Amino acid sequence: MYRLITLLFAGLLAGIMISCGGNGGNEEESDVIKIGHFASLQGDIATFGQQTDKGIKLAVEEINANGGVLGKQIQLITEDTRSTTQDAGLAAEKLISNDGVTVLLGEVASSLSLVAAPIAEREQVPMLTPSSTNPEVTVDKNGNVRKYVFRVCFIDPFQGKVMAKFAKENLSTQRIAILKDNANDYSVGLAKNFRETFEAMGGEILAEQAFEAKQVDFKSQLTDIRDMNPDAIYVPGYYTEVSLIAEQARDLGITVPLLGGDGWDSPELTKGKFKEALEGCYFSNHYSVEDTTAKVKAFTEKYDQSYGELPGAMSALGYDAMYIVADAITRAGSTDSEAVTKALSETKDFPGITGNITIDEQHNAEKSAVVLMIKEGKFTYFATMEP
Amino acid sequence: MSRKHRSYLYLLIGFAAIIGLSFPFEAGLNSYDMRIVINVGISMILAASLNLINGFTGQFSLGHAGFMAIGAYTASALTTMVFGTTEGTTQELLFLVVLIAGGVSAAIAGLLIGIPSLRLKGDYLAIVTLGFGEIIRVVLQNIEPLGGSLGISGIPRYTTFIWTFGILAVLIFVTENLMRSTYGRGFLATRDDEIAAESVGVNTTKYKVTAFVVGAFFAGIAGGLYGHYNSLIRPLDFGFLKSVEIVVMVILGGMGSTWGVLLAAALLTYLPEALREVELFGIKFRDFRMTIYALSLILLMIFRPQGLLGDFNAEEFIRKIRGKPKKPATTET
Amino acid sequence: MEEFLQQLINGLSLGAIYALIALGYTMIYGVLRFINFAHGDVFMIGTYIGFFILTSSFGQALGPGFGTAVIVFLAAMLGCGLLGVTIEFLAYRPLRTRPKLTVLITAIGVSFFLEYTGQLSFVFGADPRTFPTVVEKTMVVQSGSLVIDSYQIIIFVVAIVLMLGLRMLIMKTRIGTALRASSMNLNAASLMGINTNAVISFTFFVGSALAGAGAILYAMSYPKINPLMGILPGLKAFIAAVLGGIGNISGAAVGGFIIGSAETMTAGYISPTLRDAIVFAILIFILIVKPSGLFGQGGTEKV
Repeated sequence: MYRLITLLFAGLLAGIMISCGGNGGNEEESDVIKIGHFASLQGDIATFGQQTDKGIKLAVEEINANGGVLGKQIQLITEDTRSTTQDAGLAAEKLISNDGVTVLLGEVASSLSLVAAPIAEREQVPMLTPSSTNPEVTVDKNGNVRKYVFRVCFIDPFQGKVMAKFAKENLSTQRIAILKDNANDYSVGLAKNFRETFEAMGGEILAEQAFEAKQVDFKSQLTDIRDMNPDAIYVPGYYTEVSLIAEQARDLGITVPLLGGDGWDSPELTKGKFKEALEGCYFSNHYSVEDTTAKVKAFTEKYDQSYGELPGAMSALGYDAMYIVADAITRAGSTDSEAVTKALSETKDFPGITGNITIDEQHNAEKSAVVLMIKEGKFTYFATMEP
Repeated sequence: MSRKHRSYLYLLIGFAAIIGLSFPFEAGLNSYDMRIVINVGISMILAASLNLINGFTGQFSLGHAGFMAIGAYTASALTTMVFGTTEGTTQELLFLVVLIAGGVSAAIAGLLIGIPSLRLKGDYLAIVTLGFGEIIRVVLQNIEPLGGSLGISGIPRYTTFIWTFGILAVLIFVTENLMRSTYGRGFLATRDDEIAAESVGVNTTKYKVTAFVVGAFFAGIAGGLYGHYNSLIRPLDFGFLKSVEIVVMVILGGMGSTWGVLLAAALLTYLPEALREVELFGIKFRDFRMTIYALSLILLMIFRPQGLLGDFNAEEFIRKIRGKPKKPATTET
Repeated sequence: MEEFLQQLINGLSLGAIYALIALGYTMIYGVLRFINFAHGDVFMIGTYIGFFILTSSFGQALGPGFGTAVIVFLAAMLGCGLLGVTIEFLAYRPLRTRPKLTVLITAIGVSFFLEYTGQLSFVFGADPRTFPTVVEKTMVVQSGSLVIDSYQIIIFVVAIVLMLGLRMLIMKTRIGTALRASSMNLNAASLMGINTNAVISFTFFVGSALAGAGAILYAMSYPKINPLMGILPGLKAFIAAVLGGIGNISGAAVGGFIIGSAETMTAGYISPTLRDAIVFAILIFILIVKPSGLFGQGGTEKV
């Protein structure tokens, strides 16, 4: 019996090896346009990778149903990075070398995009990241703009500034404490820029406390913060931790609002018992789910129909990234990499879900941010902040 | 020719073969295949270096990724911050210097971790090394000049096929020579029965620490190679899971069997990539390649518990093929 | 002083959960002498069992309350217990006579299997889920900066009751005696006519069931669950088991409380971001001073 299973298993492995060898050479299919997405489908940040992929898939379905791009259908190939830099490099390289994709989409984590960016530069394939916020992704350390790399999201400095401005001017707070996620460069970046802007505007940062992703107990940090009596607490993390932070803060008797960034945007943020804890908090985002513009409404409805849940920021950014790519290819009139790159860099006032997107000289997306207020568990529009 | 001279000859042949192979490899493989090959090479170095600690000396270490991290950070920080990044011009000598610096700093850490190992055994040692690995990760995360959680980015790409496999050849050479010397006997004696070894006057302390230092040195170099290939290193990549991955390679390969460990390292690095393209009965394996990876581990252990080449002895095998009679029993296992 | 008391209470309730998980590690180690790496993931499955019951129409009809809590606890304990027995039967039993390191790799394989499969979008999905309320949380003590809520008391009481129950089970029953005999010497026990296979299955059942109970307690106080959530508590509990002297049941319980309090104390007084690193450093220090753990049987090895 065991012997039989061994043989079967060995056969399976051998089959795998052989079929891989056979797949090496790729025949050119000219009737499809290949788009590659390298994403964290498994591992630490799989939740964001899976959401982005869902958004991209929805966009591809719509585009193909409307006749595709340049009369060709779009074929999306998603490769997993296991949330590691090693596999990010492998996935990006595979999509470019083996599949010959026209455009590379991805990653959520800036560190993983930073592994793929030099590969895209070397292979001269345009890469568009939906949600990597670190400035270095598009502009390297020496200050040179990476020719082939673009993004559709805000960068860290922008969002930090927006929220600092909002806290000072709209909420007229004076004393703020920060609680950031030290294991997450997005959170650290936002905290740094928030602090700089807020202090420059004459505000006072009482403390900059930190935690580490995956931790679930924040009472020690919150106890310290409570004793300083701040007007508000800036928590630039992901919704995965923010819900717990809010609940524990309320348990400790902290009543001041929490402020955050687009990492908060998920229907999971205010589910169940977290609804009360987050009442009256604010965060900066790209758009508002309850936005009445027909486009946003159609997107949220379709997303809900397809996946049985409301979209978060990652899904919306993925969706927009795919549409911008389709738009660039249409404008370029071909799938030639130079032409598509040029078209991408000339993207202007593209009406996306996450705002009117213009790609600037630094290859960042220029768009205004909205500040949402949490009311009865819903994200309601509060203010628009210009860059 | 004496055995020692012959081993130098083998090393030279190895170098020549690697340089010879590099041409068809560079020309024939696309950059994705090449990346797999380099990653396989780095995994091999990591696994073979852990094999020295785990396989030959029997010291169960769960912190190998920590040594790799120290090497990677030292080498990458030196390249990007001290020597400056000059893309394009690969300064071979500079690269060698930073790699060795990475190896040496990891070796010092190996010395530090080797000392508590004198008092601890089995699972207790495993926990201490695990703790060490995690401490390294958390501390790196909190050092702002080293990039904090984002890590060091923009590391120039110096690592090549020749570098990776050349260092692997050196490692195999060192291992084989070490194992044939008194050290090798000492390692095996420490592993097989520490008390018996002590009682016949074997200085097990010396052998344990040596194993840790040499193993850590090469893990550090592997870290340097990884950093200079992937262009970015960050603390998260050197966590507990990475250590476990390396341990799995060693045990799957058959503890103490250098070739088995190399084979397992290659297989386990290649398998997740291979599974990206497989389709069986209309089901794409891509979506659950890691599930299959995990199942393979379980099944391989159930059906091949001695490891891939655990009871395989290369010399014995060659002797069998040549039809020469079996040598009288030696202490080698 | 008040803050110290607060950190201590937080630490003890966290430690109680670690202790419950650590008991599973140490019981299995006691009998089979290997580290069941998948234990933390069995814990994770426990939270999902609770989640699915509570979000089902049945659970929603029940609503939060004492009865619901009892049902969820029993279901998670039973589910995890059965899962533990199944894992042992399929993955570890064929390797019973093999070196322990072989079993360790299999255990790592099982752990990866549960984590990666759990992350697939058609299984649990990687997105964290919100664990519904089991019983309403109330503030029991609220004087000045000292806050104690009902959950902390529930955790503590449930953990202590389960530990006492386990002690009764091991000391006073036939199967408990068989378990103790097997952990002294498995082969000798089998020669004495003890059905060691049954004892091992029983050990896995009880150990995993305790992890299931710990899972519900954990999910109640930190109500975000995801397929990778078992790694960190699993690791901490493992450390607790080693700290107490692996194989020693009261050691595991004490180790759990120590690790829990050490964690909240470091977070409160030293550094919240370095807390894991400092906990590890403390552990390394203790082990160097006392290499076989606090209550481990150290020292003489027969030649």
